[in-house]
Amino acid sequence: MNYTLHFGAVWASFDQLLIGLAIGLGLAVAAVAIGTLIGLLSAFASVSHSRILRGISWIYVLLIRNIPLLVLVLLAYFALPQVGIRLDKYESFIASLALYAGAYLTEVFRAGLLSVPKGIVEAARAIGLTRLQTNLFVVAPVMLRNALPSLGNTFIGMFKDSSIAAAIAVPELTFEARKINVDTFRVVETWTVASGLYIATCFTIAALLRRLERRFPKF
Amino acid sequence: MVMDAFLAQLWIARWPLFDGFLMTIGISVGAIVFGTILGCIVGIQLVFGSFLVKLPFRLYVDVMRGTPLLVLILAAFYIPAVMGLSLSASQAGTLALGLFAGAHIGELVRGSLQAIPPGQIEAGRAIGLRFPQILANVLLPQALRSALPPWINTGVELIKGSSLLSMIGVGELLLKTQEVIGRTFMTIEFYVFAGILYLIVNITLDVLGKSLERRLGARL
Repeated sequence: MNYTLHFGAVWASFDQLLIGLAIGLGLAVAAVAIGTLIGLLSAFASVSHSRILRGISWIYVLLIRNIPLLVLVLLAYFALPQVGIRLDKYESFIASLALYAGAYLTEVFRAGLLSVPKGIVEAARAIGLTRLQTNLFVVAPVMLRNALPSLGNTFIGMFKDSSIAAAIAVPELTFEARKINVDTFRVVETWTVASGLYIATCFTIAALLRRLERRFPKF
Repeated sequence: MVMDAFLAQLWIARWPLFDGFLMTIGISVGAIVFGTILGCIVGIQLVFGSFLVKLPFRLYVDVMRGTPLLVLILAAFYIPAVMGLSLSASQAGTLALGLFAGAHIGELVRGSLQAIPPGQIEAGRAIGLRFPQILANVLLPQALRSALPPWINTGVELIKGSSLLSMIGVGELLLKTQEVIGRTFMTIEFYVFAGILYLIVNITLDVLGKSLERRLGARL
Protein backbone atom coordinates (compact mmCIF):
# COMPACT_ATOMS: atom_id res chain seq x y z
CA MET A 1 0.00 0.00 0.00
CA ASN A 2 1.88 3.00 -1.31
CA TYR A 3 -0.58 5.83 -1.31
CA THR A 4 0.20 9.27 0.01
CA LEU A 5 -2.67 11.64 0.60
CA HIS A 6 -2.70 14.88 -1.37
CA PHE A 7 -5.81 16.85 -0.64
CA GLY A 8 -4.61 19.82 -2.73
CA ALA A 9 -6.17 18.53 -5.92
CA VAL A 10 -9.54 18.22 -4.22
CA TRP A 11 -9.37 21.60 -2.47
CA ALA A 12 -8.65 23.18 -5.88
CA SER A 13 -12.10 22.06 -7.01
CA PHE A 14 -13.80 22.48 -3.64
CA ASP A 15 -16.02 25.29 -5.00
CA GLN A 16 -17.53 22.92 -7.53
CA LEU A 17 -18.27 20.42 -4.77
CA LEU A 18 -20.00 23.12 -2.73
CA ILE A 19 -22.07 24.23 -5.73
CA GLY A 20 -22.91 20.57 -6.29
CA LEU A 21 -23.98 20.29 -2.65
CA ALA A 22 -26.24 23.32 -3.08
CA ILE A 23 -27.80 21.81 -6.20
CA GLY A 24 -28.40 18.56 -4.33
CA LEU A 25 -30.09 20.44 -1.48
CA GLY A 26 -32.17 22.40 -3.99
CA LEU A 27 -33.32 19.20 -5.68
CA ALA A 28 -34.26 17.71 -2.32
CA VAL A 29 -36.15 20.84 -1.21
CA ALA A 30 -38.12 21.01 -4.47
CA ALA A 31 -38.87 17.28 -4.44
CA VAL A 32 -39.95 17.22 -0.79
CA ALA A 33 -42.12 20.32 -1.29
CA ILE A 34 -43.99 18.71 -4.18
CA GLY A 35 -43.82 15.32 -2.45
CA THR A 36 -45.46 16.81 0.66
CA LEU A 37 -48.40 17.91 -1.46
CA ILE A 38 -48.69 14.47 -3.07
CA GLY A 39 -48.18 12.77 0.29
CA LEU A 40 -50.87 14.87 2.00
CA LEU A 41 -53.44 14.15 -0.72
CA SER A 42 -52.54 10.48 -0.75
CA ALA A 43 -52.58 10.21 3.06
CA PHE A 44 -56.03 11.81 3.30
CA ALA A 45 -57.14 9.45 0.51
CA SER A 46 -55.78 6.47 2.43
CA VAL A 47 -57.97 7.19 5.47
CA SER A 48 -61.02 8.33 3.49
CA HIS A 49 -64.32 6.45 3.33
CA SER A 50 -64.10 5.91 -0.42
CA ARG A 51 -62.76 2.51 -1.31
CA ILE A 52 -61.52 3.79 -4.70
CA LEU A 53 -59.46 6.59 -3.13
CA ARG A 54 -57.99 4.18 -0.59
CA GLY A 55 -57.13 1.78 -3.41
CA ILE A 56 -55.41 4.44 -5.51
CA SER A 57 -53.30 5.56 -2.56
CA TRP A 58 -52.41 1.96 -1.69
CA ILE A 59 -51.34 1.10 -5.25
CA TYR A 60 -49.31 4.31 -5.56
CA VAL A 61 -47.35 3.59 -2.40
CA LEU A 62 -46.90 -0.08 -3.27
CA LEU A 63 -45.61 0.70 -6.76
CA ILE A 64 -43.23 3.51 -5.86
CA ARG A 65 -41.80 1.94 -2.71
CA ASN A 66 -40.86 -1.27 -4.47
CA ILE A 67 -39.26 0.11 -7.63
CA PRO A 68 -35.69 1.44 -7.47
CA LEU A 69 -35.47 5.23 -7.66
CA LEU A 70 -32.89 4.94 -10.44
CA VAL A 71 -35.43 3.11 -12.63
CA LEU A 72 -37.97 5.89 -12.03
CA VAL A 73 -35.37 8.54 -12.83
CA LEU A 74 -34.32 6.83 -16.07
CA LEU A 75 -37.95 6.31 -17.04
CA ALA A 76 -38.75 9.98 -16.48
CA TYR A 77 -35.70 11.22 -18.34
CA PHE A 78 -35.34 8.77 -21.24
CA ALA A 79 -38.76 7.21 -21.67
CA LEU A 80 -41.22 10.08 -21.20
CA PRO A 81 -40.04 11.88 -24.37
CA GLN A 82 -41.21 8.78 -26.25
CA VAL A 83 -44.78 9.66 -25.33
CA GLY A 84 -44.25 13.34 -26.04
CA ILE A 85 -43.49 14.61 -22.52
CA ARG A 86 -40.20 16.48 -22.68
CA LEU A 87 -38.63 17.47 -19.37
CA ASP A 88 -35.06 18.67 -18.94
CA LYS A 89 -32.81 16.73 -16.57
CA TYR A 90 -33.60 18.93 -13.55
CA GLU A 91 -37.35 18.81 -14.10
CA SER A 92 -37.46 15.09 -14.73
CA PHE A 93 -35.29 14.35 -11.70
CA ILE A 94 -37.37 16.57 -9.41
CA ALA A 95 -40.52 14.96 -10.79
CA SER A 96 -39.29 11.45 -10.10
CA LEU A 97 -37.82 12.28 -6.69
CA ALA A 98 -41.07 14.06 -5.75
CA LEU A 99 -43.10 11.03 -6.77
CA TYR A 100 -40.72 8.86 -4.74
CA ALA A 101 -40.84 11.17 -1.71
CA GLY A 102 -44.64 11.34 -1.99
CA ALA A 103 -44.94 7.60 -1.41
CA TYR A 104 -42.79 7.69 1.72
CA LEU A 105 -44.55 10.83 2.94
CA THR A 106 -47.93 9.14 2.46
CA GLU A 107 -46.94 6.68 5.18
CA VAL A 108 -45.51 9.47 7.33
CA PHE A 109 -48.67 11.59 7.11
CA ARG A 110 -50.92 8.55 7.44
CA ALA A 111 -49.25 7.72 10.76
CA GLY A 112 -49.57 11.42 11.67
CA LEU A 113 -53.28 11.43 10.82
CA LEU A 114 -53.91 8.34 12.92
CA SER A 115 -52.07 10.02 15.81
CA VAL A 116 -54.48 12.99 15.91
CA PRO A 117 -56.64 12.58 19.03
CA LYS A 118 -60.30 11.89 18.16
CA GLY A 119 -61.46 14.31 20.86
CA ILE A 120 -60.16 17.43 19.16
CA VAL A 121 -61.76 16.42 15.85
CA GLU A 122 -65.08 15.95 17.62
CA ALA A 123 -64.60 19.26 19.45
CA ALA A 124 -64.00 21.04 16.14
CA ARG A 125 -67.11 19.49 14.62
CA ALA A 126 -69.08 20.37 17.75
CA ILE A 127 -68.29 24.08 17.50
CA GLY A 128 -69.64 24.02 13.97
CA LEU A 129 -66.58 23.73 11.71
CA THR A 130 -67.27 22.00 8.43
CA ARG A 131 -65.42 18.83 7.58
CA LEU A 132 -63.02 20.76 5.32
CA GLN A 133 -62.39 23.41 7.98
CA THR A 134 -61.75 20.71 10.57
CA ASN A 135 -59.22 19.00 8.35
CA LEU A 136 -57.55 22.24 7.34
CA PHE A 137 -57.34 24.08 10.66
CA VAL A 138 -57.39 21.33 13.29
CA VAL A 139 -56.26 18.00 11.88
CA ALA A 140 -53.56 19.22 9.49
CA PRO A 141 -51.56 21.36 11.99
CA VAL A 142 -51.59 18.68 14.69
CA MET A 143 -50.73 15.99 12.17
CA LEU A 144 -47.90 18.04 10.69
CA ARG A 145 -46.40 18.62 14.13
CA ASN A 146 -46.63 14.94 15.03
CA ALA A 147 -45.14 13.96 11.68
CA LEU A 148 -42.28 16.46 11.90
CA PRO A 149 -39.55 14.00 13.00
CA SER A 150 -40.38 11.51 10.24
CA LEU A 151 -40.79 14.34 7.75
CA GLY A 152 -37.28 15.49 8.63
CA ASN A 153 -35.88 11.99 8.23
CA THR A 154 -37.54 11.71 4.84
CA PHE A 155 -35.98 15.01 3.81
CA ILE A 156 -32.53 13.77 4.83
CA GLY A 157 -33.20 10.56 2.90
CA MET A 158 -34.22 12.52 -0.19
CA PHE A 159 -31.14 14.73 0.09
CA LYS A 160 -29.00 11.59 0.07
CA ASP A 161 -31.01 10.21 -2.84
CA SER A 162 -30.36 13.41 -4.81
CA SER A 163 -26.96 11.79 -5.49
CA ILE A 164 -28.75 9.56 -8.01
CA ALA A 165 -29.20 12.64 -10.23
CA ALA A 166 -25.56 12.01 -11.18
CA ALA A 167 -26.88 9.18 -13.37
CA ILE A 168 -28.50 11.70 -15.73
CA ALA A 169 -25.56 14.16 -15.51
CA VAL A 170 -27.11 16.70 -13.14
CA PRO A 171 -24.00 18.46 -11.78
CA GLU A 172 -24.69 17.79 -8.10
CA LEU A 173 -22.16 16.72 -5.46
CA THR A 174 -21.70 13.08 -6.50
CA PHE A 175 -21.40 14.01 -10.17
CA GLU A 176 -18.76 16.64 -9.38
CA ALA A 177 -16.90 14.24 -7.10
CA ARG A 178 -16.82 11.61 -9.81
CA LYS A 179 -15.48 14.21 -12.24
CA ILE A 180 -12.70 15.24 -9.85
CA ASN A 181 -11.97 11.56 -9.20
CA VAL A 182 -11.53 10.85 -12.90
CA ASP A 183 -9.62 14.09 -13.61
CA THR A 184 -7.10 13.92 -10.76
CA PHE A 185 -7.06 10.24 -9.66
CA ARG A 186 -6.95 11.48 -6.06
CA VAL A 187 -9.41 8.69 -5.31
CA VAL A 188 -9.29 8.43 -1.52
CA GLU A 189 -9.27 12.20 -0.99
CA THR A 190 -12.16 12.86 -3.36
CA TRP A 191 -14.51 10.34 -1.81
CA THR A 192 -13.50 11.21 1.74
CA VAL A 193 -14.31 14.87 1.12
CA ALA A 194 -17.55 14.10 -0.76
CA SER A 195 -18.72 11.70 1.94
CA GLY A 196 -17.69 14.20 4.63
CA LEU A 197 -19.77 16.93 2.99
CA TYR A 198 -22.82 14.67 2.84
CA ILE A 199 -22.42 13.59 6.47
CA ALA A 200 -21.88 17.16 7.69
CA THR A 201 -24.98 18.33 5.82
CA CYS A 202 -27.11 15.45 7.11
CA PHE A 203 -26.06 16.10 10.69
CA THR A 204 -26.68 19.84 10.34
CA ILE A 205 -30.18 19.24 8.99
CA ALA A 206 -30.85 16.75 11.80
CA ALA A 207 -29.68 19.26 14.44
CA LEU A 208 -31.82 22.05 12.95
CA LEU A 209 -34.83 19.74 12.95
CA ARG A 210 -34.33 18.87 16.61
CA ARG A 211 -34.35 22.59 17.43
CA LEU A 212 -37.53 23.03 15.41
CA GLU A 213 -39.15 20.12 17.25
CA ARG A 214 -38.25 21.64 20.61
CA ARG A 215 -39.71 25.00 19.62
CA PHE A 216 -43.12 23.49 18.89
CA PRO A 217 -44.31 21.21 21.69
CA LYS A 218 -45.81 17.91 20.66
CA PHE A 219 -49.53 17.30 20.96
CA MET B 1 -48.60 -4.28 -33.03
CA VAL B 2 -46.32 -2.58 -30.57
CA MET B 3 -46.89 -5.30 -27.99
CA ASP B 4 -45.91 -8.06 -30.43
CA ALA B 5 -42.70 -6.25 -31.37
CA PHE B 6 -41.87 -5.87 -27.69
CA LEU B 7 -42.55 -9.52 -26.93
CA ALA B 8 -40.38 -10.55 -29.87
CA GLN B 9 -37.52 -8.40 -28.57
CA LEU B 10 -38.09 -9.66 -25.03
CA TRP B 11 -37.77 -13.22 -26.31
CA ILE B 12 -34.49 -12.38 -28.04
CA ALA B 13 -33.18 -10.69 -24.89
CA ARG B 14 -34.46 -13.27 -22.42
CA TRP B 15 -31.11 -14.77 -21.43
CA PRO B 16 -29.18 -11.52 -20.83
CA LEU B 17 -32.11 -10.21 -18.79
CA PHE B 18 -32.31 -13.48 -16.86
CA ASP B 19 -28.57 -13.28 -16.14
CA GLY B 20 -29.00 -9.73 -14.93
CA PHE B 21 -31.90 -10.77 -12.74
CA LEU B 22 -29.82 -13.56 -11.19
CA MET B 23 -26.96 -11.10 -10.64
CA THR B 24 -29.31 -8.68 -8.86
CA ILE B 25 -30.57 -11.48 -6.60
CA GLY B 26 -27.09 -12.92 -6.03
CA ILE B 27 -25.53 -9.60 -5.07
CA SER B 28 -28.44 -8.70 -2.80
CA VAL B 29 -28.27 -12.07 -1.05
CA GLY B 30 -24.49 -11.74 -0.64
CA ALA B 31 -24.90 -8.24 0.76
CA ILE B 32 -27.65 -9.18 3.20
CA VAL B 33 -25.67 -12.18 4.51
CA PHE B 34 -22.53 -10.08 4.95
CA GLY B 35 -24.56 -7.17 6.34
CA THR B 36 -26.43 -9.35 8.82
CA ILE B 37 -23.29 -10.89 10.29
CA LEU B 38 -21.65 -7.48 10.47
CA GLY B 39 -24.84 -5.89 11.81
CA CYS B 40 -25.14 -8.41 14.67
CA ILE B 41 -21.55 -7.71 15.73
CA VAL B 42 -22.07 -3.95 15.44
CA GLY B 43 -25.38 -4.03 17.32
CA ILE B 44 -23.99 -6.10 20.20
CA GLN B 45 -20.91 -3.87 20.51
CA LEU B 46 -23.03 -0.70 20.43
CA VAL B 47 -25.03 -1.95 23.42
CA PHE B 48 -22.54 -3.91 25.50
CA GLY B 49 -19.11 -2.66 24.37
CA SER B 50 -16.98 -0.36 26.50
CA PHE B 51 -16.78 3.30 25.52
CA LEU B 52 -13.57 2.75 23.52
CA VAL B 53 -15.13 -0.15 21.62
CA LYS B 54 -18.36 1.72 20.98
CA LEU B 55 -16.60 4.71 19.44
CA PRO B 56 -15.32 3.13 16.20
CA PHE B 57 -18.60 1.25 15.70
CA ARG B 58 -20.63 4.42 16.26
CA LEU B 59 -18.39 6.21 13.75
CA TYR B 60 -18.85 3.41 11.23
CA VAL B 61 -22.63 3.46 11.57
CA ASP B 62 -22.86 7.25 11.32
CA VAL B 63 -20.57 7.42 8.28
CA MET B 64 -22.53 4.70 6.48
CA ARG B 65 -25.88 6.26 7.32
CA GLY B 66 -24.83 9.78 6.47
CA THR B 67 -23.38 8.95 3.06
CA PRO B 68 -25.55 8.24 0.02
CA LEU B 69 -25.40 4.63 -1.13
CA LEU B 70 -24.20 5.74 -4.56
CA VAL B 71 -21.18 7.49 -3.01
CA LEU B 72 -20.38 4.34 -1.02
CA ILE B 73 -20.60 2.27 -4.20
CA LEU B 74 -18.36 4.63 -6.18
CA ALA B 75 -15.88 4.79 -3.28
CA ALA B 76 -15.82 0.97 -2.98
CA PHE B 77 -15.26 0.78 -6.72
CA TYR B 78 -12.36 3.25 -6.92
CA ILE B 79 -10.60 3.13 -3.54
CA PRO B 80 -9.55 -0.57 -3.23
CA ALA B 81 -7.60 -0.36 -6.50
CA VAL B 82 -5.26 2.37 -5.24
CA MET B 83 -4.83 0.44 -1.99
CA GLY B 84 -3.39 -2.43 -4.01
CA LEU B 85 -6.53 -4.54 -3.63
CA SER B 86 -8.07 -5.69 -6.86
CA LEU B 87 -11.82 -6.21 -6.60
CA SER B 88 -14.11 -6.83 -9.54
CA ALA B 89 -16.98 -4.40 -9.99
CA SER B 90 -19.47 -6.89 -8.61
CA GLN B 91 -17.25 -7.62 -5.59
CA ALA B 92 -16.87 -3.90 -4.90
CA GLY B 93 -20.61 -3.47 -5.27
CA THR B 94 -21.40 -6.31 -2.90
CA LEU B 95 -18.90 -4.87 -0.42
CA ALA B 96 -20.54 -1.42 -0.55
CA LEU B 97 -24.06 -2.83 -0.21
CA GLY B 98 -22.93 -5.14 2.59
CA LEU B 99 -21.23 -2.36 4.56
CA PHE B 100 -24.32 -0.20 4.08
CA ALA B 101 -26.60 -3.02 5.25
CA GLY B 102 -24.29 -3.75 8.19
CA ALA B 103 -24.77 -0.24 9.56
CA HIS B 104 -28.54 -0.31 9.16
CA ILE B 105 -28.90 -3.80 10.60
CA GLY B 106 -26.51 -2.82 13.40
CA GLU B 107 -28.89 -0.05 14.39
CA LEU B 108 -31.85 -2.45 14.19
CA VAL B 109 -30.12 -4.96 16.45
CA ARG B 110 -29.05 -2.21 18.85
CA GLY B 111 -32.63 -0.93 19.06
CA SER B 112 -34.18 -4.31 19.69
CA LEU B 113 -31.50 -5.31 22.22
CA GLN B 114 -32.13 -2.12 24.14
CA ALA B 115 -35.86 -2.77 24.09
CA ILE B 116 -35.40 -5.94 26.17
CA PRO B 117 -36.05 -5.22 29.86
CA PRO B 118 -32.75 -5.26 31.85
CA GLY B 119 -34.41 -7.54 34.37
CA GLN B 120 -33.83 -10.42 31.96
CA ILE B 121 -30.05 -9.97 32.05
CA GLU B 122 -30.18 -9.87 35.83
CA ALA B 123 -32.38 -12.97 35.91
CA GLY B 124 -29.94 -14.74 33.61
CA ARG B 125 -27.04 -13.83 35.89
CA ALA B 126 -28.99 -14.88 38.93
CA ILE B 127 -29.42 -18.41 37.62
CA GLY B 128 -25.68 -18.55 36.92
CA LEU B 129 -25.44 -17.94 33.16
CA ARG B 130 -22.31 -16.30 31.81
CA PHE B 131 -22.68 -13.29 29.52
CA PRO B 132 -22.20 -15.17 26.21
CA GLN B 133 -24.86 -17.62 27.35
CA ILE B 134 -27.25 -14.83 28.27
CA LEU B 135 -26.62 -13.24 24.88
CA ALA B 136 -27.13 -16.43 22.90
CA ASN B 137 -30.02 -17.94 24.86
CA VAL B 138 -31.90 -14.99 26.28
CA LEU B 139 -31.25 -11.76 24.40
CA LEU B 140 -30.57 -12.59 20.77
CA PRO B 141 -33.58 -14.88 20.20
CA GLN B 142 -35.89 -12.08 21.30
CA ALA B 143 -33.97 -9.25 19.67
CA LEU B 144 -33.67 -10.94 16.30
CA ARG B 145 -37.37 -11.71 16.31
CA SER B 146 -38.41 -8.11 16.88
CA ALA B 147 -35.80 -6.94 14.33
CA LEU B 148 -37.24 -9.21 11.64
CA PRO B 149 -39.82 -6.87 10.01
CA PRO B 150 -37.36 -3.99 9.52
CA TRP B 151 -34.73 -6.55 8.46
CA ILE B 152 -36.97 -7.62 5.57
CA ASN B 153 -37.32 -3.94 4.75
CA THR B 154 -33.53 -3.67 4.57
CA GLY B 155 -33.61 -6.55 2.10
CA VAL B 156 -36.03 -4.61 -0.11
CA GLU B 157 -33.79 -1.54 0.14
CA LEU B 158 -30.80 -3.68 -0.92
CA ILE B 159 -32.60 -5.08 -3.97
CA LYS B 160 -33.51 -1.51 -4.93
CA GLY B 161 -30.01 -0.28 -4.11
CA SER B 162 -28.38 -2.97 -6.24
CA SER B 163 -29.76 -1.12 -9.30
CA LEU B 164 -27.16 1.59 -8.57
CA LEU B 165 -24.44 -0.95 -9.39
CA SER B 166 -25.33 -0.45 -13.05
CA MET B 167 -23.39 2.81 -12.72
CA ILE B 168 -20.10 0.98 -12.03
CA GLY B 169 -20.73 -1.53 -14.81
CA VAL B 170 -22.01 -4.52 -12.85
CA GLY B 171 -24.15 -6.58 -15.23
CA GLU B 172 -27.23 -6.68 -13.04
CA LEU B 173 -30.83 -6.31 -14.15
CA LEU B 174 -30.81 -2.56 -14.81
CA LEU B 175 -27.57 -2.55 -16.81
CA LYS B 176 -28.75 -5.50 -18.90
CA THR B 177 -32.03 -3.66 -19.46
CA GLN B 178 -30.12 -0.57 -20.59
CA GLU B 179 -28.08 -2.70 -22.98
CA VAL B 180 -31.26 -4.14 -24.48
CA ILE B 181 -32.71 -0.63 -24.79
CA GLY B 182 -29.54 0.51 -26.52
CA ARG B 183 -30.16 -2.14 -29.16
CA THR B 184 -33.95 -1.99 -29.52
CA PHE B 185 -34.77 1.65 -28.59
CA MET B 186 -37.83 0.35 -26.77
CA THR B 187 -37.17 2.62 -23.81
CA ILE B 188 -40.50 2.66 -22.00
CA GLU B 189 -41.26 -0.99 -22.59
CA PHE B 190 -38.05 -2.38 -21.16
CA TYR B 191 -37.72 0.06 -18.25
CA VAL B 192 -41.29 -0.76 -17.26
CA PHE B 193 -40.49 -4.46 -17.63
CA ALA B 194 -37.47 -4.09 -15.33
CA GLY B 195 -39.59 -2.10 -12.89
CA ILE B 196 -42.17 -4.89 -12.82
CA LEU B 197 -39.47 -7.49 -12.10
CA TYR B 198 -38.18 -5.41 -9.16
CA LEU B 199 -41.76 -4.98 -8.01
CA ILE B 200 -42.46 -8.72 -8.08
CA VAL B 201 -39.31 -9.59 -6.12
CA ASN B 202 -39.84 -6.90 -3.51
CA ILE B 203 -43.54 -7.59 -3.00
CA THR B 204 -42.78 -11.30 -2.66
CA LEU B 205 -40.19 -10.45 -0.01
CA ASP B 206 -42.69 -8.22 1.75
CA VAL B 207 -45.42 -10.89 1.78
CA LEU B 208 -42.91 -13.47 2.98
CA GLY B 209 -41.79 -11.15 5.76
CA LYS B 210 -45.38 -10.51 6.85
CA SER B 211 -46.25 -14.21 7.07
CA LEU B 212 -42.98 -14.92 8.91
CA GLU B 213 -43.79 -12.11 11.29
CA ARG B 214 -47.23 -13.56 11.97
CA ARG B 215 -45.81 -17.01 12.60
CA LEU B 216 -43.11 -15.73 14.93
CA GLY B 217 -45.58 -13.42 16.59
CA ALA B 218 -47.83 -16.39 17.38
CA ARG B 219 -44.95 -18.06 19.20
CA LEU B 220 -44.22 -15.10 21.42
